[in-house]
Amino acid sequence: MDRALERRRAPLNGLPRWFVAAVAVPPAAFLLLFYVWPFVTLLARGLGGADVAATLSRSDTWRILWFTTWQATASTALTIVIGLAPTWAVSRFDFAFRRVFVSTLTAVFVLPTVVVGAAFLAVLPDALDRSIWAILGAHVAFNLAVVVRTVGSAWERLPSDLDHAAAALGAGPFTTFRLITLPLLRSSISASAAIVFLFTFTSFGVIRVLGTAGRPTIEVEVWRRATQLGDIGGAATLTILQLLALGGLVAWTTVQQRRHAIAIRGEAPRRRPRPVGRQIAHVTGAVGVTTLIVAAPLLALVERSLRSGDGYSLAAWRSLGNNEIRPGLRLGVDPLGALQRSATTAVWATLFAMVIGATAVVAISALGRTGKVLDAGLMLPLGTSAITIGFGMLITFDTPPVDWRAEWWLVPIGHALVATPFVVRSALSVVRTIPADRAAAAATLGASPVRAWANTTLPALRRPFAAAAGLAAAISLGEFGATSFLTRSGSDTLPIAIERLLGRTGRLFQAQAFALSTILAVATIGIVLLVDRGGDRARRS
Amino acid sequence: MKRLPSITTAVTTAVAVAVALVAVSACSGDEPDTITLLAYESFPSEPDGPIALALDEFTEQTGIEVEVVISGDTGTMLSKAALTAGNPEADVMWGVDNTFLSRAISTGVFEPYEAVELDAIPAEFTSLVPNAEATPVDFGDVCVNYDISALVNDDVEPPTTLADLTLPQFAGKLVVENPATSSPGLAFLLATIAQFGEEGWEQYWQQLRANDVEVVSGWSDAYYSEFSGSGGDRPLVVSYGSSPPFEVIYAEPPLTEAASGVVESSCYRQVEFAGILSGTDAPDGARALIDFLVSERFQREVALNLFVFPVNPAVELDQAFVDFATIPDSPITIDPILIDANRTEWIERWNAAVLR
Repeated sequence: MDRALERRRAPLNGLPRWFVAAVAVPPAAFLLLFYVWPFVTLLARGLGGADVAATLSRSDTWRILWFTTWQATASTALTIVIGLAPTWAVSRFDFAFRRVFVSTLTAVFVLPTVVVGAAFLAVLPDALDRSIWAILGAHVAFNLAVVVRTVGSAWERLPSDLDHAAAALGAGPFTTFRLITLPLLRSSISASAAIVFLFTFTSFGVIRVLGTAGRPTIEVEVWRRATQLGDIGGAATLTILQLLALGGLVAWTTVQQRRHAIAIRGEAPRRRPRPVGRQIAHVTGAVGVTTLIVAAPLLALVERSLRSGDGYSLAAWRSLGNNEIRPGLRLGVDPLGALQRSATTAVWATLFAMVIGATAVVAISALGRTGKVLDAGLMLPLGTSAITIGFGMLITFDTPPVDWRAEWWLVPIGHALVATPFVVRSALSVVRTIPADRAAAAATLGASPVRAWANTTLPALRRPFAAAAGLAAAISLGEFGATSFLTRSGSDTLPIAIERLLGRTGRLFQAQAFALSTILAVATIGIVLLVDRGGDRARRS
Repeated sequence: MKRLPSITTAVTTAVAVAVALVAVSACSGDEPDTITLLAYESFPSEPDGPIALALDEFTEQTGIEVEVVISGDTGTMLSKAALTAGNPEADVMWGVDNTFLSRAISTGVFEPYEAVELDAIPAEFTSLVPNAEATPVDFGDVCVNYDISALVNDDVEPPTTLADLTLPQFAGKLVVENPATSSPGLAFLLATIAQFGEEGWEQYWQQLRANDVEVVSGWSDAYYSEFSGSGGDRPLVVSYGSSPPFEVIYAEPPLTEAASGVVESSCYRQVEFAGILSGTDAPDGARALIDFLVSERFQREVALNLFVFPVNPAVELDQAFVDFATIPDSPITIDPILIDANRTEWIERWNAAVLR
């Protein structure tokens, strides 16, 4: 009886043991081989008691931890508050360019922070340059997509009759929101808050570009210690401190989510109505302001790619395909080559992330408690400083038979480490909604568990996996951190070529860097649009 | 619950797969006749650029192919090299500068070698490496640059010394890079330490701070966002002695005269070195490559493609450099050993004096 109930709730539990073990192997092996092993090797090499003591006794360490924590808390709170209005508009109504709006938000989230940070700097009023407001503003712009997507998917499933009932009882819209909607959204809001906090706590590019250098986050300080000072032990200690802080956060949100979870039978998302009457003004306001926050830096990318001296020209765009600026004068960077390499890398990274992510999703949903360990493990790379993983790989994969430092696939593997958690997150939420009775029906008809799974669950996974693949590709295209620290980054990807161009004297280089950034942004928005289309269709089918 | 596999099963199988992967990769061998050149991120890596063509000539002469690998900024590159010392990921490394030189030497990154043409290189450079752990390959200067027209508009004469920068007419006009995160920023800090001494430099920086100096984290940010020559509002910036000619050369459409000038007495000399990575499995090829890197053939490509000046005096510079570059006769320098011993402390003290 118990077993039957459990199977009903988790549709994959009926699978035979060998099958679950087989699907659990790729993600577990991947994590052990490319994350745990290099990380532990680096700790073993770099970390001594003296380093830990020196780091913990330095007053700077605590100042940095404090700054990291409060700016992340403030960024998260602001993102949630500002994000709720567009989330309401997007999840309740249909309007022109709704999909483009959501895709643009998402694209900003996956674009390399170094690039958009520079664009952000270009549009900020001078008085705000390098103030804490610049950092908070950029963090909000980057992470709005997390709130809109995570809270949005819960909001659009809320039954609308609750609102109507409240309204019939005389509650105004604000009271309804406070007393009815907000408590029901609480669990998804705290989930998105946890994600935003994770990203702002480990913020690197934004802080380096927009912050004054006197205010580093832990992530920036790890980079500075490891690369500029050669203090690997200090860097390793700070990495662990960061993981501990984030581990505490994860534990806290898990408890919070359990405490505030309210069981409600969500509706399948209805056709969204067009806004009417005063709603038009509210929707326009919410979407308009958000668009302004997010689109301004993107437009600044385009504007700066056209800048030439005091005027504007297409020189940077024209010279993208031609490395020779004038006879004998070369660019030093190969933009079209970088574009091509980025595309190739994205294909491989997507492939790796999909194999790992897909098997992980199946394993996690079948494994119960052990699955949670795997789930949490796959999230670890997001909370670990990229430089720690990069340096770890460098000293781990350096002797035969694991002399992999020069292998072309190491960079896509690094991207896959970062993309896999997103694949797992986005697919797992869909998998959990697959009705168990389908597999049960197949089993009743005499199919073996694996056969029943292959015939019922597997087809339902196709769409969410396709969407996850798009997301992984977009993440790989924009990935900067891990790539820049991995060996053989000599084969430039697009974000690295952009960074290199930005670092050179000569206005043409600057304009070209922004032209490449524009290409990257457009490609990312395009991929996300395709993904969202697939996702919408999947939901309708 | 019994049907669920335990985590141990999963882990055991995972390890088995890892071992299998390892066994497969063991079969791949490395190619002889190819050596790898590790370089910082501003080293050109395009397939058929002038640097690549020069390296092709090396291949024709010696039969050895050169693969260029870009390894991040100088600090990152050196940290990686120090971690892998004895089992390097390349054979030769290009671009460790004098602020990082003694860390490179003390961590055993380099294998000493005296280049064949070493005698031709001025003693100013070779004296920095008396034991020939590395070979000087290029140099440049970090100097305060000024926007000529902005100062003319303000009716202010350009500064001529570091001390001038604290004068009231330059209040709110200077932007510098943080020495903790930027190589020119560190060079400028070293210039002030050399100029005002162990006792006086913090006071100088407090005066700069009182004069509203702006600190940003990196060079591109200072030069391309804040400097008035590129659309910002500060006419004084810490950049390179070679920045004015590069603005002339790499502009579209081309310029005929430089829009910015250099405060010559503020210039701090950076010298960059190449060296053989200890533990290389191609020591002969690596030595031949070092010889080639300081030869006239390679050195003549350095200025236009690497934005620094050749150490080989046989090379003639492009006319734009002759016209617009500032190469001071007696730039500021500090002994690399002193830099390495005090870098962390100086940066901490700078932090306390300027940012807190």
